[in-house]
Parts: sequence; structure tokens; C-alpha cells
Amino acid sequence: MESRSRRFKANALAALANPVLQGNLKTAKGKFVDKRAIAIREIDDFEGTREAAKNLRNRVLENLDLWLEQFEENASARGATVLWAKDGAEICRHVVEIGKRHDVKKAAKSKSMLSEEAGLNHALTAAGIQPVETDLGEYILQINDNEPPSHIIAPVMHKGLDEVADLFEKTHKTPRKTEIPALTREAREVLREHFLTADMGISGGNFLVAETGSVALVTNEGNGRMVTTLPKVHVVVTGIEKVIPTLEDLSTLMRLLPRSATGQSISNYVSVLTGVKQPDDHDGPEHLYFILVDNGRAELVGSEFQDMLRCIRCGACMNHCPVYQTIGGHAYGWVYPGPMGSILTPLYTGIENAIDLPHAATLCNQCGVVCPVKIPLPELLRKLRETQVDTHLRPWFERIALKAWAWVAAHPKLYGLGTWFGVRYLKWLAGGKASIPVLGTAPGWTAGRDFPAPEGRTFREQYAAMRAERRKSS
Amino acid sequence: MRVALFVTCLVDLMRPRIGFAALELLETAGCEVIVPETQTCCGQPAWNSGDRAAAALLAKKVIAEFEAYEYVVAPSGSCADQIRNEYPGILAEEPDWHGRAVALASRVYELTDFLVNVARLGAVPGNFAGSVTYHDSCTGLRSLGIKTQPRALLAQLPGVELREMNAAEDCCGFGGTFSVKFGEISAAIAERKCTNACATHADAIVGGDLGCLLNIEGKLRRMGDTTTRVLHVAEVLTAKE
Repeated sequence: MESRSRRFKANALAALANPVLQGNLKTAKGKFVDKRAIAIREIDDFEGTREAAKNLRNRVLENLDLWLEQFEENASARGATVLWAKDGAEICRHVVEIGKRHDVKKAAKSKSMLSEEAGLNHALTAAGIQPVETDLGEYILQINDNEPPSHIIAPVMHKGLDEVADLFEKTHKTPRKTEIPALTREAREVLREHFLTADMGISGGNFLVAETGSVALVTNEGNGRMVTTLPKVHVVVTGIEKVIPTLEDLSTLMRLLPRSATGQSISNYVSVLTGVKQPDDHDGPEHLYFILVDNGRAELVGSEFQDMLRCIRCGACMNHCPVYQTIGGHAYGWVYPGPMGSILTPLYTGIENAIDLPHAATLCNQCGVVCPVKIPLPELLRKLRETQVDTHLRPWFERIALKAWAWVAAHPKLYGLGTWFGVRYLKWLAGGKASIPVLGTAPGWTAGRDFPAPEGRTFREQYAAMRAERRKSS
Repeated sequence: MRVALFVTCLVDLMRPRIGFAALELLETAGCEVIVPETQTCCGQPAWNSGDRAAAALLAKKVIAEFEAYEYVVAPSGSCADQIRNEYPGILAEEPDWHGRAVALASRVYELTDFLVNVARLGAVPGNFAGSVTYHDSCTGLRSLGIKTQPRALLAQLPGVELREMNAAEDCCGFGGTFSVKFGEISAAIAERKCTNACATHADAIVGGDLGCLLNIEGKLRRMGDTTTRVLHVAEVLTAKE
């Protein structure tokens, strides 16, 4: 997907002015945050489980190549073909080739964020293969001229019911429906036909289990099972970092993933898919392909950003982020929004292409404390800011202002003089009032709030005066 | 015990009375309080902006000014955390300074934490009377575990009624330079905080970090609320009304 992260500020302003989005964000916060808080209480030792998950993900990353080899060996032994993709273009090339090999006309897709990274739908369409998104949210986006998702697990959380009703009426040419059950029934009827006629199913993968060569899929709508069992070809597209050693490890992560993501004890469907259809199997694909994707991930191994590869894509960081809660996902401009997106977008699309994202955070660390695999997200955001400074990507006035301020702060007499003038200037601006409505030196601050006036004399002045007074009286 | 007061740059500039309130509380707790006169800023704005060199320059200055004292106390969880938890990392490449940063780190405290857990302040000197709602500032809460300490101190004032707001632990949207770089987003987050705080109809919104308080106060006034007071917990604990 082409990144629009450069336009973060403009995107964010548009989001603030969008009443439907603002309403949905308010509801979503209540749903995700409150439900998670209740769900995690079901686990006796939630913090211990987070620590275990962190450690097991770290263990994988320390020997990622070996676990991937083990996965490849075991998946191949069960009849699957494992392919590797360096980037999005190579994902597209692989899938199109597989499609041609098996004479595929239609591909039914369950949710895959990596296919968003690659812009896979576009490539399939160009190659004469019709892609059909079957996750309800993704389907709604697809029929709305391939709109990008705004949340990694709730892709249409920015949309209102009316808009969906309009879209269905226009696309399906059916009478307009405004009740959610009626709309989902209509979607189900439309999608059923696609499940039955698709020659290829494309899915993401929540985890790859090295010891069995399986892919684990965590879904709620059941479309994932249709996509992975009905068509004769199943293609799994997922990142190389998704591999885990054992099914036991999967159970540890599954205690955390649905609870962190949607506040569910367990998602409606958890599928562990292994190998191609065997002679006595009732269903399953005749051909199974794994496309394991780098697209920037390998470079993070061993780097100061390696912790980010532990991510299991639950979305808890964005659900709990005050910035995401205020502007939603589209403003971030690429596939992944919120704190994890503000780290992954610059790392995967180029630091210079997402200058604002690492700064668009208050560093409140709410994301860090809810992350099920304990990724120190604020620390990684700060490191990205440091990388921007080190590579001269910050605006010149900011660099100079920081240096000048630090230099003055390192010289107490000069600093004292500067603050002496500063507080008097601010006090004068306030003109006897308690706050300043417009501050030319910090227009960003006063765009949406007043700037409280200072007392008028600095602490150091007043303290020095008090000490002098005390000395005099003693 | 000898305690050095780290006033913080925001208190020095904007609300010196918070510094004097901290001084009074520490002295009431029986501390000998020293205010190193050359102190300026802990360097957090530079560190969070990615300027490691500037952050290191100011970290060394603070270490040199404060390492001689038994304890260092700041009326801010954010600044205390910077010295306590960030300095060692900032100076990781310079073994001598790193050692000095580590030696200082465990002696640095946020004010209410110090008063409750180290100095064990017996009686709070103020006589504030009214209802308050407490905003938990992010860094103090999530990095230093400041949650019960200010409430325990406020509970010592018989005239104070604490009314917990919804989402007291949610960020107020300040975020240091974030508040200026992304003013509109920051102010929109602050509006949620103010709405939650005002729903308690408390006389005052109280917190332990001046950055958050200036943000909340600025938003409240812009929203047209001229009566709800916004106070640092040290001001409440020493208020003579």
C-alpha cells in the first residue's frame, strides 16, 4: 500500500473534524478497553503470562532462521510448499504465479494485513484474478473502492451504519436495510456464493507452529474456515516473525491474544491448519502454499528495534492510545495505526516517509503496560526520534532551538536571566488575567486551549529573596 | 535527613508557589532541605525529542549538582523518573558518568512518594476544605507507581473530599513537546480529561505534575470554566485558607 503518512497532520485534522469517526471512537474505546480489563482478570497470573509470552517470542527471534527452517521442513513434509518473499512485489508475483498454475479465476480472502502491505488485491485484479474480501469489515472496504482499513482487527471502525447501508444497497442492488442483523445476513448470502465458487483461498496467519508446520488462525466470523477449507488452493501470506516453536507456545499466546484484542476469553474460531487434504479427509485444500514475508522484518533482527518483532497484532496498543482514540487509524497513513504503526511504518516504509509518526505520541506508556508481549513501545518511539535527529531529518529550527535551549540550561546565570525576562514577558502578555489566549511563540498550544499565566517571578528569584530575608532577620 | 529539592523548570517559571509548598512539606517532615541554586532543567524535553547529546549535557549537570545529597525530591513524577530511570541509559556509553547516574538514581523520589514512604510525614500542614478529583499523571503512575501516595496524604486533611473521576489514569494529552507539535490532538485529548474531571463537580482538579496541570487548566479556561481550580497536590497539602 502506498503510504500517506507524510500527510499525518492534515489527516489528523480531518479526523478531528469527522463527527461519525469521533462518535465511533468513543464507543470503541468503551468496548475494547473495558472488555479487555474484565477479560484479563480471568487469568490468575496475567503479568506472569505476559512475561512468558515475551520470553518465548524473544527465544524465537534469537534463532529466527532456525525456527523458520524447522517450520519449512515440517510444513513441506505435510505436502505444503513454502515460498519466501523479500517484499510486497514478490508476494504479489508468487500469488499471481500460483493462481496461473492452478487456473484460478477467483480468490476468496480472509483478513491479511500483509496483503495490505503488498497491495495484493490490486495485483490480483491486474492479473485477471478476482479477489473477494470475506471478512465483513474488509468486504465493506473493498466494495467502497478498496478503502484502506483504519484498525487492524476492526477495519471499519470509522464507518457509520448509514454508510454501510448505502454501500450495500448500491453494490448488491437490494432494498436498503438499516438493521445490523439484516445487513450481515445480506453479506453472508453474497459471500456464500463466493466461498463456493472461489478457486483459491488466501489467508493471513496469526502464528506459524514450527514443530508441526501448521498455521494458526484466530477469527470471529468463520470466514477464515471457509477460505482455508473450501477452495482447492490455499495460500497463507504471513510475516517471518510469526513463527513460534510449539503448540504449547501457541496455547500461551492464545491466553493473551483474544483477551488483549477484543476482550474475549477465546475468539469464536481458532483454527490450526496442517498440510494438504489427505485421502480420508472430508475437506481441505489440495494445494497449500506458505508465502513467508520479510518486507523489512529481517533487518530489525539484532537491531535496537528487534523488540517490535514480538508483536502479535492484537491492537491493544491502539485501543488504549489517547492519540488513536482521538484521531482513529486513517490519519497514520499506512497499514498499521496507533503506537505499533508509528514504529512499523517508518521502519518498513522508510524513516523519512513517516517523520511525524514517532512524535505523534504523548509517551504516556498506556500502550506499553497493555502490550501482551511487553514491547516497550514508548521507548522504541523515542529511539526513532533519536534516529531522526542523528540522521538530520528534523527541521532545522527545531534542531537549533533544542541545542540553544540546552546550552542556555547548562549555563545557570544565563538561564536565570532568560527566565527572568521570560516570565515577565508572559505576565505582560496575560495583561493581569489568569491566562493567555493566543501565544505567538507556541501557536500549537493556544490553538485549542489557553496558556495559563505565570506567577510573574521565578522560583529562584523568590527563593533568593527569601534566603536574604532570613539572613537579615537572623 | 538532608534532602535536595529539584524544583523543576516548569515550577520555577510558572508556579513557584508549588516549589515553596514542597519545601514546607519536606521541612514539616523533618528534613533539612537544600535547594541547589544552579539547577535548571532535567533535560527531558531534549531526551524525548531524540537529542541525546543535549540530554546528556543536562543529565551530567544535574548529577554533579545533586549527587552529594542523601535524597533528591521533585514535585513531579515526570522529572523524578527522568533522573531515576533515564539518566543511566542516557549515559550508558560513558562508564564514569553511568556509574554516577546509577548511584544517584535510587535516591531520587517524587514528592508524595517520598513524603509517604521515606520521610513518613506525620501531619499535613494545610487546612484545605473542599472537594477534589485527582488526575494520575502518566509517568508518575506507570513508571514510579504513584497512585496511593497523594491520596493517602489528601486523606489526612479532614476538609478534603476526594471524588474519583472516570478514567483518572488516562493521559491528559500534554506529552511535553507533543502539546505544541500536535496542539489540536493534544487539546482534544485534554477535553476528554476535563469532561471526566468536571463530571465529578469537584471544586479542584489536583495532580502531581505541573505540565499536565497547565494543560488541564488551559483547556478548562478555553471551555469557559473559570471556577474549577487546578492545583498541584503540594499546594493543597499546604493551603492555608
